[in-house]
Amino acid sequence: MSPVQTMPPRGYHLSKDELGADILEVAMGPHHPSTHGVFRMDLKLDGETVVDLKPVFGYLHRNHEKIAEDISYPMSMPFTDRLDYLCGMTNNWAYALSAEKLIEIEVPERAEYLRVIVGELTRLVNHCLLIGFFINDLGALGTPLLYALREREKILDLFEVLSGARMMVNYIRFGGVRCDLPEGWLGECQRIVDAFPAFLDEYETLLTENEIIIARAQNVGVVTREEAIDFSLTGPMLRASGVNYDIRKVDRYGIYDRFDFKIPIGGHGDCYDRFMVRMLEMRESVKILKQAIRDLPDGNIMGKAPKIFRPAPGEAYGRIEAPKGELGFYLISDGTPIPYRFKVRPPSFVNLTALRHMCLGHKVADAVIILGSIDIVLGEVDR
Amino acid sequence: MSLLAKGILKGMAVTAKNFFQSYYRKERLPTVQYPEEKSTITPFTRNFPFLLYDGDDAVDGMRCTACTLCERACPPQCIYIIKDKDEKGKPILRPRIFDIDTSVCMSCQLCVEVCPYEAIRMDSAFELSNENRFEGLLINRGDLLKSNDYYHALNPVEARETDDRIAAKNALAEAKKKARQKKTRLAAAKAKRPPSRLKKSPPAREKPPQPEKSE
Ligand code: SF4
Ligand code: SF4
Repeated sequence: MSPVQTMPPRGYHLSKDELGADILEVAMGPHHPSTHGVFRMDLKLDGETVVDLKPVFGYLHRNHEKIAEDISYPMSMPFTDRLDYLCGMTNNWAYALSAEKLIEIEVPERAEYLRVIVGELTRLVNHCLLIGFFINDLGALGTPLLYALREREKILDLFEVLSGARMMVNYIRFGGVRCDLPEGWLGECQRIVDAFPAFLDEYETLLTENEIIIARAQNVGVVTREEAIDFSLTGPMLRASGVNYDIRKVDRYGIYDRFDFKIPIGGHGDCYDRFMVRMLEMRESVKILKQAIRDLPDGNIMGKAPKIFRPAPGEAYGRIEAPKGELGFYLISDGTPIPYRFKVRPPSFVNLTALRHMCLGHKVADAVIILGSIDIVLGEVDR
Repeated sequence: MSLLAKGILKGMAVTAKNFFQSYYRKERLPTVQYPEEKSTITPFTRNFPFLLYDGDDAVDGMRCTACTLCERACPPQCIYIIKDKDEKGKPILRPRIFDIDTSVCMSCQLCVEVCPYEAIRMDSAFELSNENRFEGLLINRGDLLKSNDYYHALNPVEARETDDRIAAKNALAEAKKKARQKKTRLAAAKAKRPPSRLKKSPPAREKPPQPEKSE
């Protein structure tokens, strides 16, 4: 036989030996419904079992950091909405917090309360949606997700009345918030917050005892306490592994030291715990919201921010407990109105690095659930 | 097996409850049949900016003074302004060209916040599809200009606040102008006084004899 005939066809990269060992390479994504965005997992499968996994991302890269280094500080605010597009409010907040550290602006009391209210509402929105999609990944197509979307819609309507947009809110400013509450907003918010536990109860009966969910999610994608710390996981992912670390309690940024709330912690670090931690976190958020609405003081909503934002040379890192984990902005100023360096520490990007470890040895169908339980938004992973 | 059924049955009960409620409970009926029926949107919704004018004539009543603050503050740089000039080449305080590229605009409202003349506001019109993706989405001055009445219909609360602010600003400017006029008049009077005093001084000198006369 001539050598030409034995050459494999183009793109054929599995040797005969590998085929004999039943190793199959599958590129899952970038357009796969369960990757929640343009994300690819290169899987090596032995039958149904994942023996290797390579996350491939960057399809949604928009140069966020570099753009921010070309425009002035306040002009980056609307771009932060587009990072984690489900949680515009907390992104705004994290960026405002680091800018306020850079130039030391005092934030008025009322603005702090408003930030807490919108931030916790965002947590409800995010967790609602995440749990809905998680159940969707488990195979309960549609119905439970739509219940979650229905509740989320009410909160988004609140955001629309307050800030003008449902998701790209652009609401928080350096030194305060953009506008005060419109008439009747607080009453409506109170109504939704009061009705929320009923929805959570209903959702829990729907899901937590469900045998299929228990069978599919328990002991799947386990991350131990030590591993979670080593992977520098944050947010519900970390707490599901049993580490008591919540930046709202650790840093007590804003006015979080005034509220009475608990941090739910998981014991097993599996998908089910991550799901339950978020469920319980929503209840705690409702508690915080009730206190914040009750205590909301009158007064100014904007501190004394300078007209032209020109910080002295220096650096600042502001971080908050975003719904997905620690969201931080690292700013370096060289004394001009344009940041010298603008770095985002996105929680879902860092949490995603544990994906391979969690998926090895599990089935393909479990890889989908594990990915869902990380709670990624590709806008934030790729920036 | 009985265990298996329990949790799922509970879930099914919830689903069934929701299913039946979706036929008669009002808050479970949120669907709007869109093209026939339109849902009401809040007046605070923001979509794309428009320019405001006062009075009847769009060009004469234009509030924008082409100060280009919004052009510089726009994050994706989608505003394009060229200042107007009269026939002699003297600049007029209004834009000759004011374009907003709505295919780039990210509806962030920063232009509205920086405008010192309350000239630009966010619209909440949403049926904006267009056949021409280049010229059709580049909105020029003529299409951007909307009357103050339009703004009042769009968002009465904010429009009234804006009008009050403008009225207060005008009143302040008027008062300042008056004060300045008064000042200049006083200054002019002062400047005139020394010579007048010189002129008047001779009669003043004559005055002392008058009391003497009266005495
Ligand atoms: S809304 Fe934002 S993006 Fe659009 S024109 Fe105004 S500043 Fe530019
Ligand atoms: S709209 Fe306002 S900010 Fe923009 S050029 Fe006109 S006056 Fe200046």
